[in-house]
Amino acid sequence: MDTKLRSILPDHELIRLYEQMVLCREFEEACAEQYTKGNITGFLHLYSGQEAVAAGATHALHGDDYVISAYREHPQAIVRGADPRRVMAELFGKATGICKGKGGSMHLFDPNLHFMGGYAIVGGQFPIATGLAFAARYRREERIVACFFGDGAVNQGTFHEGLNWARLWELPVLYVCENNFYGIGTEVHRSSALADIHKRTCGYDIPSERVDGMDVMAVYQAVKHAAEWVREHSRPYLIEAITYRFRGHSMSDPGKYRASAEVELWKERDPIPNFAKRLLGEGIAGQPLLDKVRETAAAQVAEAVKFAEESPWPDDDEVFNDVYV
Amino acid sequence: MAQLNMVQAINLALREEMARDDRVVLLGEDVAADGGVFRISEGLLERFGPERVLDTPLAESGIVGAAIGMAAYGLRPVVEIQFLGFLYAAFDQIFSHAARLRTRSRGRFGCPLVIRTPYGGGIKAPELHEESSEALFCHVPGIKVVVPSGPAAARGLLLAAIRDPDPVLFLEPTRLYRMIREEVPEGADALPLGKARIAREGGKVTVVAWGSMLERVLTATAPYDAEVIDLLTLSPWDEATVLASVRKTGRLVIVHEAVESCGFGAELAATVAAEAMLSLRGPVFRVTAPDVPVPLARLIDHYLPSVERIQRSLDEVLQY
Repeated sequence: MDTKLRSILPDHELIRLYEQMVLCREFEEACAEQYTKGNITGFLHLYSGQEAVAAGATHALHGDDYVISAYREHPQAIVRGADPRRVMAELFGKATGICKGKGGSMHLFDPNLHFMGGYAIVGGQFPIATGLAFAARYRREERIVACFFGDGAVNQGTFHEGLNWARLWELPVLYVCENNFYGIGTEVHRSSALADIHKRTCGYDIPSERVDGMDVMAVYQAVKHAAEWVREHSRPYLIEAITYRFRGHSMSDPGKYRASAEVELWKERDPIPNFAKRLLGEGIAGQPLLDKVRETAAAQVAEAVKFAEESPWPDDDEVFNDVYV
Repeated sequence: MAQLNMVQAINLALREEMARDDRVVLLGEDVAADGGVFRISEGLLERFGPERVLDTPLAESGIVGAAIGMAAYGLRPVVEIQFLGFLYAAFDQIFSHAARLRTRSRGRFGCPLVIRTPYGGGIKAPELHEESSEALFCHVPGIKVVVPSGPAAARGLLLAAIRDPDPVLFLEPTRLYRMIREEVPEGADALPLGKARIAREGGKVTVVAWGSMLERVLTATAPYDAEVIDLLTLSPWDEATVLASVRKTGRLVIVHEAVESCGFGAELAATVAAEAMLSLRGPVFRVTAPDVPVPLARLIDHYLPSVERIQRSLDEVLQY
């Protein structure tokens, strides 16, 4: 905490991280509103509270590294560079969506951004990350694979299969566990014999560490170091980012399993205002600039909603496309 | 031209395609050092090296999932699963991801992988080693299901499966692995997927079969004026060839070793009823296994469709 921000990143990158977190928060809160209005249907899992992980980790990756994630992934696509308008249109199911309106909230893909998808099956992405990393090495490319997942995924067999393989075959996978303490309503202590998730890699001889996932700079620095280590050694590494989701598991989850005092405690650790305080305190940004960031993000999200509302539905015949070549 | 059995023919196809295309990699339990449990990949480690012929941990969902990642990244992985019954552990990866990657990404990622696995009864092994559950996979849009019936078909179809841009389940009839030898033309073209083969021409009844049942059907139908269709690909299946034959013969018998209920024969019968009802002289018959798990060795001959049961069905349909 004592390290000055400027000793870590130049001002414009620090501001960029703030902008991204604010944009993600605005986006997710707009999603909640659109869900309530019935414009987004199905299941909607929002990321509010966890922005420091997506923003900090993604900033530490190379542009051509692969990112693969789970179903709470709108912000991960956005910080990777996905157009918020097209992400919102995807959630609406419109033809202009990032996946032409058929992937939906849990299945965002963008190959141009090397964003290899959200996966709705908990733990479904682990073996696929193994394969992506194998292919990168096979092609003698420098890329690594950043595989994001939640605390609920670590008891799936695929987690253990994936870690074992990545170490056995010496594959460049950076595992980033977003430990928000709850798999829907089951607290991590009630689902995992060893709740310190980063310690679970010892069985696979994979180095790991725990980081404060509410602190964007802490995440950035840890992932930066880990990503470089993975790239250099072609070996896996695991980071456990301790974080918290401010909303329920999905929009249909009132979250009664958490005491409101607990939620309030974590909201005091909200990564956005806390980072704003540091930017102000170290003279990197003034309040007018931070206000401007929020206004710009709000306008961008409003534009995304408008774009989604005005976009056409996919043609009925689209249902037959892209099943086979 | 060499006389090869199916094991050798599949090995030849892998060897040819790996030499032609360095995106092709093999992975599975014991496929490298050991050459696979049925020795299909024997010699390939020596020929292509440990980077392309990969022994994996014993973890089927991990194997298939890893192959999905490789395929999404532009490789052409060929997975070996030791028995079809062992593939059930990977259902999630196949159904939830491999089959849907193209749709989910609206055509921007494909999943060009092949899962090869022996299937079917008659090798005196217990149930999970003798499964014939092809219909489960035919029910899932987004994957193709191919079942060769002999060495030449196995070679030609495997080449096509590896080159296909979509995921293909390639079912190899275990009972026939070393039973049939035939001329297998090295270097010849791949066979097209989705195209059936008329194994024997005939006029009075159409008999449709695939994979392990084909040779038994040829034996059973020898004394009859029957047209035998070897379906070769079950998904997508060759409706045109089957319908043309049924319109000619007016009778249809379907033979498969899978259980009857919701077996692939039901799909064939429903399509023929819808498309060629007025050509039919009699009911469509299915000769299948009963709706029970595959029994142990002593009962397997009672379980699998026999020459006698096929002939009884032919006799019955020919009375119409």
